[in-house]
Amino acid sequence: MRWENSIAIKLVLVISLCSTLIFAVTLGYNYYHSRVILEKELENNARNLAMSLVYRVETELAAVAKVTEGVASSLETGRFSEQELLSLIRTTVEKNPGIYGSTVAFEPYAFNAASRLYAPYFYREKGKIAFSRLENSYQYVPYLYWDWYQIPRELGKLEWSEPYFDEGAGNILMSTCSVPFYGKSGTTKKLKGIVTADISLDSLTKLVSSVKVLKTGYAALLSRNGMLLAHPLKDAVMNETFFSIAEARNDPSLRKLGKKMVRGESGFIHYKSLVGFSSWMYYAPIRSTGWTLAIVFPETELLENVRRLSMTMAAMGFAGILLLIAAVVYIASTITKPLRSLAAATDEIASGNFNAELPTVRSKDEVGVLAHDFHVMMESLKEYIKNLTETTAAKERIQSELKMATDIQASLLPRLFPAFPDRSEFDIYASMDPAKEVGGDFYDFFFIDDTHLCFLIADVSGKGVPAALYMMVAKTLLKSEGQRLGEPDQILNCVNKILAVDNDSCMFATVFCAILNTETGDVRFANAGHNPPLIVDSQGTRYLALKPGFVLGPMPDTVYEAERIILQPGDTLFLYTDGVTEAQNREEELYGEPRLRDALQRAPKDDVAEMIHCIRAEVTRHANGAPQSDDVTMVAIKYRGVDAQYRIPTRRHMNKAVS
Amino acid sequence: MHEMTMINTTQRNHKIWRELKWISALFSLLLFCAVASSASAAEAVLKKASLMPLWSPQSQFAGYYVALDKGIFARHGIDLKIIKAGPGHSPVQALKDGTADFAVIWLTTALQHRSAGTKLVNVAQIIQRSSMMLISRKSSGIQTIADMNGKKVGMWGGDLSIPPRALFNKHGIKVLEVPLAHTVNLFLRGGIDVTSAMWYNEYHTIINSGVDPEELNVFSLNEPGMNFPEDGIYALETTIHNDPALAKAFVAASLEGWRYAFAHPEEALDIVIKYMREAQLPANRIHQKWMLDRMRDLIMPGTRQEMPGILKEKDYEAVGLSMRKGGLIRNYPDYTVFSGRSDAVGK
Repeated sequence: MRWENSIAIKLVLVISLCSTLIFAVTLGYNYYHSRVILEKELENNARNLAMSLVYRVETELAAVAKVTEGVASSLETGRFSEQELLSLIRTTVEKNPGIYGSTVAFEPYAFNAASRLYAPYFYREKGKIAFSRLENSYQYVPYLYWDWYQIPRELGKLEWSEPYFDEGAGNILMSTCSVPFYGKSGTTKKLKGIVTADISLDSLTKLVSSVKVLKTGYAALLSRNGMLLAHPLKDAVMNETFFSIAEARNDPSLRKLGKKMVRGESGFIHYKSLVGFSSWMYYAPIRSTGWTLAIVFPETELLENVRRLSMTMAAMGFAGILLLIAAVVYIASTITKPLRSLAAATDEIASGNFNAELPTVRSKDEVGVLAHDFHVMMESLKEYIKNLTETTAAKERIQSELKMATDIQASLLPRLFPAFPDRSEFDIYASMDPAKEVGGDFYDFFFIDDTHLCFLIADVSGKGVPAALYMMVAKTLLKSEGQRLGEPDQILNCVNKILAVDNDSCMFATVFCAILNTETGDVRFANAGHNPPLIVDSQGTRYLALKPGFVLGPMPDTVYEAERIILQPGDTLFLYTDGVTEAQNREEELYGEPRLRDALQRAPKDDVAEMIHCIRAEVTRHANGAPQSDDVTMVAIKYRGVDAQYRIPTRRHMNKAVS
Repeated sequence: MHEMTMINTTQRNHKIWRELKWISALFSLLLFCAVASSASAAEAVLKKASLMPLWSPQSQFAGYYVALDKGIFARHGIDLKIIKAGPGHSPVQALKDGTADFAVIWLTTALQHRSAGTKLVNVAQIIQRSSMMLISRKSSGIQTIADMNGKKVGMWGGDLSIPPRALFNKHGIKVLEVPLAHTVNLFLRGGIDVTSAMWYNEYHTIINSGVDPEELNVFSLNEPGMNFPEDGIYALETTIHNDPALAKAFVAASLEGWRYAFAHPEEALDIVIKYMREAQLPANRIHQKWMLDRMRDLIMPGTRQEMPGILKEKDYEAVGLSMRKGGLIRNYPDYTVFSGRSDAVGK
């Protein structure tokens, strides 16, 4: 059995596919939604973490900036001797643990006219406060051209320098807060120098690096130029900018992100971190320095719980679907098993075995009902077939009996032609085609004495077996009475009386009975409701005008009268039953009496057998295939007279009546 | 089965050990011969020479470092030592002191010193055109050189100020010169309106500090009549007199080093970065790559047929004339003298 023909497999496929789909969609949505929720929560967490860190850094930076500005403003307002200046700088470093070193660097000749440059510098070294003179410390580039001096000088405002290695003076990685201070000469403000305070970058990056973000996440610090100041990529710190990494990785989106960061924007994004993990990052600016702090959360770690939950759910769902499939298989088999055995049983029934064993289905469901109905149907079929067999047998028996009846009936009618080969005074020919196996028409002819031939044609009402039986009675009576009485009216009167007795079924027959005197051609005849015969003589063909008479059989008191005509030698009398004139074609058009007369006019007149055959052919042609509804019977008698001139010698062929 | 293998292994080991003894004996003999011969060859063939680049190790000098590292100098018979350069080191001074036999110096610098009496000879012109540029932010509204009039322009000291000054003279404008040190931060923070920059160095640093090229107006000091070829290899006239073959070999090895560096850029970068780390300098590979790529543009300009390393007389005359006009030098020698060709002819 192909799979698409099996209900069980169809059910399993459809149900398992549908439930898998539903489950997958649910699981997917759950994963997605959990992720979204997590992301939202994460953004808050990241922001809080970043902000608290930014706050801590800002606080330290702000403290340093405030001290530096304080020194600058006190230098602008007060007058300091060299000693006082040195002690001011020294105290500034001593009192502020956040400050690594500090200087007051003067413009050329601004401190005094004697020395061009003057920049005393106090800084921490091995836990003590050390002192140096920056105009001497810097070997190659005078302090005037260092960023920490030049930028605030040109901009005229507080500036935090880009982190740098202070080679020669501080000799550490630092960022310097520089504040210009001015002196008044007349009305114009004139720059006198720059006050600075250095912070060690090391302590700052340690603070940032110490922040633990999950297991593999991290916090990073970027300078205003995008330089990596604190980052797990140790080699890149103070060497690569966000932009140089973007260029090296040929990643324009990274450059765009870097630009957002150095512009001082903040944001929460999903990206591939520099370390190479798919991550979320929150970044926020440290306003005072223009730096950027970033908190990076690796996605895999964050989604681990969600992923684990999803995996568990997937496993549970898978098991559930397996269970479902098993259940479906079970239910399907309970349905299809009886159906299958039912199908096998019906196959057997279809092949003709009505005694096949139908499976017993105990369930009361649709299958049970179906099995029950099948059982009932099979019983009915068995009964029906039994009846049919019996009926068919009966019918066959009747059929064979009818066949025998047909033979008997045919044998009753004179069928041997020429009927009287030794009588040359007349020719006679007859035929009878029954519409059914047995007919109600008959004809007969016999000699009453040596010179009187009695001939008759009859049509019994109805058809089939009753008519045939009636016909037997009528024919037997007519022949016996005819031979006894010898007059047509007396024959009919007598036979009518006999038939009318006990005629409960009200059957009747029409009869034309005539007696020919073979010597004179005198014909006496009586009619009991039969069609008038035709006469073919020297004047042509015409219907014989005669008294109609009442049909034979129903009324015991009917009286028939005899009439007579004289046949001249060569004249022919043509008798027929209504089977000829009432023959119908497919348009239900009757053959009719005029057509019969015309046909007879044209028919060969010498040989009565040929004449009848010709008319029979005409009638058949008229019917044009329409079924014959009534017996077709014809009798033709041609009188030749005793004179030998009309005698046709032995040309006549041997004909048998059509059976 | 297992034991069998064990026995087999031990047997094999014994055999190998016996063979090894023979091989090692043979090797020691060979090694001895090789050391003896190479030592004698080096003594016989390799001439000691020293080079001081213009600046500390970076891709600007990749050709020399690659030639040294790949043994190209040795193949040309030179045992080269590259002397520490950078802030506080003057290549011209090193030549004068005799601490360096060769030095990488700008043409303008060399002409100034020649004018001042130091007999410098250009043995090869490596960078064929000016790579210097002036950069302004588009937002500053400075669209042309003329717009720089009265603006703060960051200028390097010494010879590096010659090309921009010549340009300002040519355009008849006066700018407010602000001395520049080594960073681009003064420009990035807006302390100056225009900054000097080398195409291969500061320009890229600015770009990688988060400023897009589209945000900048770049004026290349490379226009006709303003072309100042930069890095060249120089030696004192006396050095060349003493050993002209050495100078030739040095130039040939240097150019081969450059060609090798351009053919194998990643290897060249590895070598440069190795020397940078030795000098304890931060090494940003992508920056060094940019620099090496630009060096290719500057050293091998235009068609391939042009032989690199030659100072074109036309360029030389233009620079000399421009400097004399600007009052930077009183006089400049004949091209043949300056390029050391007269010697070659004379000999």
